[in-house]
Amino acid sequence: MTIEHPEAILCPGGPMLLRGNHAIEDPDGLAHGTTRPVSAVCRCLKSASLPWCDGTHKVLPAELRPS
Amino acid sequence: MDLPTPRGALTETLFGALRSGDDFFAVLSSLPEATPDDAALALWTLHQLHYRDLTGVPEDLEWDPQLLRARAVLERDLEQRLRARYTPPSGVSFTDDLFDWVAEHDGASLATHVHRDATREQVLELTRVRSIYHLMESDPTVWVLPRLGVRAKAGLMELLYDEYGAGNPNRLHHHLFARGMEASGLDASYGTYIDEAPLEVLEQNNAMTLFGLHRRLRGAALGHLASFEATSSLPSRRMVQGLERLGLPQELVDYYAEHIEADAVHEQLAVHVICQALLDEDPRLEADLWFGAFTCLDLEDRFARSMLSRWEIEEAVA
Repeated sequence: MTIEHPEAILCPGGPMLLRGNHAIEDPDGLAHGTTRPVSAVCRCLKSASLPWCDGTHKVLPAELRPS
Repeated sequence: MDLPTPRGALTETLFGALRSGDDFFAVLSSLPEATPDDAALALWTLHQLHYRDLTGVPEDLEWDPQLLRARAVLERDLEQRLRARYTPPSGVSFTDDLFDWVAEHDGASLATHVHRDATREQVLELTRVRSIYHLMESDPTVWVLPRLGVRAKAGLMELLYDEYGAGNPNRLHHHLFARGMEASGLDASYGTYIDEAPLEVLEQNNAMTLFGLHRRLRGAALGHLASFEATSSLPSRRMVQGLERLGLPQELVDYYAEHIEADAVHEQLAVHVICQALLDEDPRLEADLWFGAFTCLDLEDRFARSMLSRWEIEEAVA
């Protein structure tokens, strides 16, 4: 029996979890390679560690959090 | 590690018995009279038998029936005390509502004090007493792994693989803390600073090992994990800024910097992958997930208050 195991998970109100090795290109065209087995990509765009999540979404009002 | 300094009649008797390898009945008869500090240090030391060498103590005492009996009495008292502090939340779902619940229930914050006001001496003292957990970070959670079903087990392994450096010892979290301690002029051998640790630190460590060692409490262990991870990223950022303000070594800064991004991943994995899979296996474990999550926040709040009170600081709330 195969169990569903997505490469990307959209977390409600939070980041996108990304499994495996990837490069994220930022708006300036700079590529940021993943460094850990699972990475959290910021979706609220307020992280101080872009493109990675640093938990900042948790202090935003609900309407500013990613759906 | 060396045995700690006793904190009362129970630990006097226990440590004497551990060194001599006999007279364990005297340990059992000392249990009812123990003060909270004495009982907590006794349980912490009995738990250490499962993790590491204690100087002068035979290794086979790990599974001595009389010591296990003493451990069971102390663990039962601890669990009863933890459960007595806890009121179950109502009308909430663990996987949907944990993050908002944590935000509403987060207590006194040492990170806020370190960020703005702490002295270098206070941060080094905090580093010494936190070393009781941070030098064995995640070890109690590993006991849970074989007790889980396939999806929860794979999810917890995915998280722990990162905690343990993904195969690279230089990225292993408790080794990062050891490097930070050494760079700060502290002794990073496990247990060096146990005599400085307040009751609240012993209770935090005892609760994690209690949850880890008992299959029955696997829900509490994973609820504790989720709550622990969910209260780490933002405080770790404040720790980084506070340590940089005080000019503490980069290696200690690096430990907290690693936790900003790592725990932003781990908190999501803990809730949406691991705890969700556990609940799919057995929905009855939701109650213990909340109990573990509460216990994590409550014990951290008690620890923060004890340190702030030691330093005569008004409570700082995140």
